Amino acid sequence: AMEGGPSPRIREGGCAVLKRGDVFKAVSVLRRRKIIFEKQWFYLDNAIGHVYGTTFEVTSGGNLQPKQEVEETTTEAKEAGTDNRNIVDDGKSQKLTHDDIKALKDKGIKGQEIVQQLIENSTTFRDKTEFAQDKYIKKKKKKYEAIITIVKPSTRILSTMYYAREPGKINHLRYDTLAQMLTLGNIHAGNKMIVMETCAGLVLGAVMERMGGYGSIIQMYPGGGPVRAATSCFGFPKAFFDNLHEFPLSQVQSLLCGTLRAEPEESALLQEESNGLSEEKQQETEEAPMEISPAEEQDTVDIAAGDVECKENKEKENKENVREKQIKQWERRKKLKEAAALLREKNADGLIVASKFHPTPLLLSLLEFVAPSRPFVVYCQYKEPLLECYTKLRERGGVINLKLSESWLRNYQVLPDRSHPKLTMSGGGGYLLSGITVLLERGSADCSNSEALKVEEPSSKRCKLQDLPC
Amino acid sequence: MSFVEYGDTIKDGDTAIVFLGHESMFPVKVQHGTVTQTKYGVIRHSTDLIGKKYGSKVTCSKGGWVFILHPTPELWTMNLPHRTQILYSTDISIITMMLELKPGSIVCESGTGSGSLSHALIRTVAPTGHLYTVEFHQQRAEKAQEEFREHGVEHLVTVTNQDVCKNGFGVSNIADAVFLDIPSPWEAIGHAKSALKAEGGRICSFSPCIEQVQRTCLAMEEYGFTEINTLEILLRVYNVRTISLQIPDLGKTAEDNSSSGFDSSNPSHQGSPCANLQQGTVQFKSGVPLREVVGHTGYLTFATKS
Repeated sequence: AMEGGPSPRIREGGCAVLKRGDVFKAVSVLRRRKIIFEKQWFYLDNAIGHVYGTTFEVTSGGNLQPKQEVEETTTEAKEAGTDNRNIVDDGKSQKLTHDDIKALKDKGIKGQEIVQQLIENSTTFRDKTEFAQDKYIKKKKKKYEAIITIVKPSTRILSTMYYAREPGKINHLRYDTLAQMLTLGNIHAGNKMIVMETCAGLVLGAVMERMGGYGSIIQMYPGGGPVRAATSCFGFPKAFFDNLHEFPLSQVQSLLCGTLRAEPEESALLQEESNGLSEEKQQETEEAPMEISPAEEQDTVDIAAGDVECKENKEKENKENVREKQIKQWERRKKLKEAAALLREKNADGLIVASKFHPTPLLLSLLEFVAPSRPFVVYCQYKEPLLECYTKLRERGGVINLKLSESWLRNYQVLPDRSHPKLTMSGGGGYLLSGITVLLERGSADCSNSEALKVEEPSSKRCKLQDLPC
Repeated sequence: MSFVEYGDTIKDGDTAIVFLGHESMFPVKVQHGTVTQTKYGVIRHSTDLIGKKYGSKVTCSKGGWVFILHPTPELWTMNLPHRTQILYSTDISIITMMLELKPGSIVCESGTGSGSLSHALIRTVAPTGHLYTVEFHQQRAEKAQEEFREHGVEHLVTVTNQDVCKNGFGVSNIADAVFLDIPSPWEAIGHAKSALKAEGGRICSFSPCIEQVQRTCLAMEEYGFTEINTLEILLRVYNVRTISLQIPDLGKTAEDNSSSGFDSSNPSHQGSPCANLQQGTVQFKSGVPLREVVGHTGYLTFATKS
């Protein structure tokens, strides 16, 4: 529903990614805002209105100008050597000096022409092999031609960018590993997903892209709030955020306990919420906290304190301000309750974890919220915590098809007669533990008596229990 | 159930996955009155499956039991009837991301083959996208069509029985992405270009041999594709094992050994009745690579039409 229509164009206030060679940088498109990228500065003003994927040249004054398709200029009768037996490195093959080159640049001469001059003033160029000439030109072009392509943000672009530029912020989650997570987790439109990540919101963004605004996501966050710096680089439409919920990790335990203690507390909460909904809750604020269970005490204390403050300031401060503040608080609390209600249903369609924290406690708690027969995927930069997680999950039960894996990625240079692997990336991309949830046996929910449960089962079954899982 | 929408309970007509353990599973078409044989005995669909929750443990006639799982493209890939060599989830995952697929995307694919990738593509582009898949082998095309119907996704896919190298994808200026898994992809690059939207899109070609990749890259360049990039992705799976390594007897006394810090943190040593230090071991958990792994599936060449 969000796709289609006219081709996407670069808009003011929108998101874009600058690309030069294999280097990316995410920016927001603003007028008269100086951008520095790859040692160049320029303004994006002229790019506004062009379709994504357009290539620009940086001209004088930092303006961008769409680059016209140009045919390769070096197609004159080609002259080349066959080997390098007579090429000597005397450091004098280039007749242009540093100052000459700087002068050319200062005159505002186009990069393309500088490259041409460099070739003409290289005494060894004609003796180089055809391949070496090719390589020389490519290298010089990269240095002197100021060409920038503006592309549309996507998981492909942003995950590649983050892995290259700021791997520490995404726990070294390599893009092919992220790709595995999305597939192993069966992320698609209509899912109800639980995402726990400390990858700057990149994993969240990737999940949001794959869900296309259909379904819901509950983001579990540590600390004061979720980090979504990378998420905002995607430029998602507003509607994508309507069903994005967040829930603090620090409340998970109380949520789980609360559910175990069941009904009365829940109805109290519901009643309290409906009060807040129906009336201007000023009168209710002082009573409300008392209705709330001790489990949510901390949160309610904050809210109550805020409300009292509001009351006192009411006469002095202007009314608008107070209202705004109250609405914000009310909305925050409403959102928290919505997220809690969604979690309480314990029917999520999957769980994605990619954080800097030890995965075991996260999995043992958060899997409680996932429906049976649903996939889950945990990322960790290191293998060892996942070994422990694997063992603990086997002890807990309720999961099958556990798999610990890692992907290797190899890039290739493919050129006539010059094809070979480029670089091997291994180890640095992180590890995944994936599996599928199944219904936990009755009685094993209070997992203290798993021994007793075993005794109840006929011995023939017990044997199978041991060789069945995973 | 459908491959693009989770359901809670097993219904008549569903395709479900019977999970026996250790990656041993198979798909089953749920039908009233039908029975399925497993090594743990018989499963009666009417009583054992229909109406049960997905993820339930089902006890078979011999007392053994299995889990019944909701189908996903990944489980289907592991269990589908092969009519051709297929793409596995590792390659599929990078293809999906690098082609920038998401709900609403229009994708062209050839050949359909056994439909392994097709199911994953349909899952990703649903509910508003569409897959146009071309298969020159008539029986395979028909079989794929039948499976899409059974899996409740036929509204998201169009199967065409023709030669993509000669006749293209049967659509033009419509696709956000094109995927090729055919013996001579270079012959289809022109058709791929015209299938893609005028404003551009992404392409991927899968080939096992580097010679195929070379010709494909040349064709892509000729047709003005940019960002041409070839890569290979390999999966390493680890078995989680508890390993015990024996401590060598270097003729040291007990005090010497304990000062070296081996046995203090070693439960098996502490708990073991063996007083003999020569039989001492150190235990640890390890992720052990499988003895034999897939070393090569194919090269994936991606490019952009802009």
